Amino acid sequence: MASLQTLIAKPWIWSFLGALLVWLATVAFTGGYGGGGMITAALSLAVFTVIVGVGQMFVITLGPGNVDLSLPANIGLASAVAMKVMDGNDAMIVVGLLAALACGMAVGAANYLLIWALRIPPIIATLSASFIIQSIDISYGRGLQIKPPPGFADFTNWQILGIPVLAILTVLFTVGAAIALQRMIYGRSVLAIGQNIRAAWLAGVNVGRIRFLTYTLSGMLGGLDGALLAGYFRGANVDIGNEYLLASIAVVVIGGTSVAGGKANVPGVWGAALFLVLLLTMLNTFGVSAGVRLLLTGLIIVGVITVAGGQKALR
Amino acid sequence: MTAAAIENQLKGASTRNAAARARRLRSLLPALSLALVLLAIAWLNPRAISYFGFSLMLNLAIPIALATIAQMFVIAGNELDLSIGTFVGFVGCVTATWLKDAPLLGIVVLAGSIGVYALLGALIHLRNLPSIVVTLGMSFVWQGLAILILPKPGGKAPDWLLSLMAFKPPFIPFPIIAALLIAAVVHFGLMRTSYGVILRGSGGNAAALKRAGWSLLKTKILLFALTGLFGVLSGMALIGITTSADANIGNGYTLLAIAGVILGGGEFVGGRVSPIGAVLGALTLALAASPLLTFMHIPPDWQVAANGAILIIVLAARVLISRRER
Repeated sequence: MASLQTLIAKPWIWSFLGALLVWLATVAFTGGYGGGGMITAALSLAVFTVIVGVGQMFVITLGPGNVDLSLPANIGLASAVAMKVMDGNDAMIVVGLLAALACGMAVGAANYLLIWALRIPPIIATLSASFIIQSIDISYGRGLQIKPPPGFADFTNWQILGIPVLAILTVLFTVGAAIALQRMIYGRSVLAIGQNIRAAWLAGVNVGRIRFLTYTLSGMLGGLDGALLAGYFRGANVDIGNEYLLASIAVVVIGGTSVAGGKANVPGVWGAALFLVLLLTMLNTFGVSAGVRLLLTGLIIVGVITVAGGQKALR
Repeated sequence: MTAAAIENQLKGASTRNAAARARRLRSLLPALSLALVLLAIAWLNPRAISYFGFSLMLNLAIPIALATIAQMFVIAGNELDLSIGTFVGFVGCVTATWLKDAPLLGIVVLAGSIGVYALLGALIHLRNLPSIVVTLGMSFVWQGLAILILPKPGGKAPDWLLSLMAFKPPFIPFPIIAALLIAAVVHFGLMRTSYGVILRGSGGNAAALKRAGWSLLKTKILLFALTGLFGVLSGMALIGITTSADANIGNGYTLLAIAGVILGGGEFVGGRVSPIGAVLGALTLALAASPLLTFMHIPPDWQVAANGAILIIVLAARVLISRRER
């Protein structure tokens, strides 16, 4: 009983319960048909949300006002860069991935440069940056119709016993992120800054460097996501990252991370991502129109935030 | 008084003067950036500086200015509305369908949507929710509703709205008159009335207001309702110009409106906003985004980047000025 109580006290358990509930509702609707396939599909799609969600989580944990609005533009540009560098050639996969990572890191570093040099709120900095990145992407990726190398496309769709390999790798990555957050100096510094930036500074945390690293990390994960998305959906696209602005912020908040900063939760990101993907699957299975789907997605997100959010700031 | 003390006093006075100068320069920045863009346009294409030229170039400035003012109200209360763009699109769809065919239903729906905004304000205050996430969720709700009302681009604006937006006053183009009017009305309401001070104070120092006995719930509800109201006006003005609607017609306005507020000297925290600045910022963006680029023969691909670049340049100028303010 005691273990059950500690389990319920965990903030991330609710997102997994929500995902389970949505899955059960869908399976009940189809009469048990396709339940396993649905989990496979949900896992492979949730991966993309989890990767950017973790980056966004570190940024949001830095404290009020910290958020990366440049992720969609970043993902779009990185997807084009990855496809152009790989050029459909299996031998160039690693180089293309590295190029996408570098592209994302450059975006993240540019974001922090704006925040630092102009002393503006991160929302405005990442917003202005995303305007420019978007234009670069439109101009650079115009008419880009390069397919991903077959090896890369196969890799992003590769499954073992119905479990996407990409999902397994992402689980390992999130375990690493959780360790970095709770057990390493970097993660503890991020939490300290989020709780009280002045106290963290007085305690000797190199605030500037940690914030720089965090924005660069978020940018890098956006770049990685762009490359993987282009592989999974067989081609780059300016709009490929659009849905990840809402998704990355929503999974962080639904997953139990405090928007006021200083309190983060890695497992919750997975639960919330599965919840969102399964929710879309459910609405599609029910056969609702695009308008109703958008409407319900929005209402459910607002509803979940209303129930799950609402904690006071830590100060 | 010793010589050192006098010297100190003089130094204090001169830094105070410098600070006042810097503050004045800073408040002039929105007007300066607009003048700069206008000068560039006049230099590149002198014929554009005419009654007809301004009517054409500032065509879409009215809805952008209204959306910017809408965003300014939430920012005054330290919140952010990421749904204003899709909300403008939703209002546009209602305007082009129900408001024309069944005016009463249209009016009720639009008034109801302002009510929804007021409720959001209450919800955000009572549950202490992050406005970014709530409004991001709401952006899907508005877009969904817009698609349900108008699945395909179409509809038609009510005739009275068309004739209002096509109004051609003598000497001064309509968009300029409308911008002046919007700026004057909101400036008076927010900057010159006593409750306007309370509204801005809710963003400046909420705790102090609360201790003085003001209801923060009421200020938040009012700020959000005003955002809804100006969002409705923006959507209607937009349809009056484009004559028909599309569910995605307002999507670009979310970021444009935030950029306009910031360009106009607004700040994210502390209730520091300026209605006149916001309108000037909106005009700057409306002019810089397309006419200026067209005259400079820059492809439309870079339109969005131009907005970002202007934002960065103005913010950089502000940093340089603020450094002197101290």
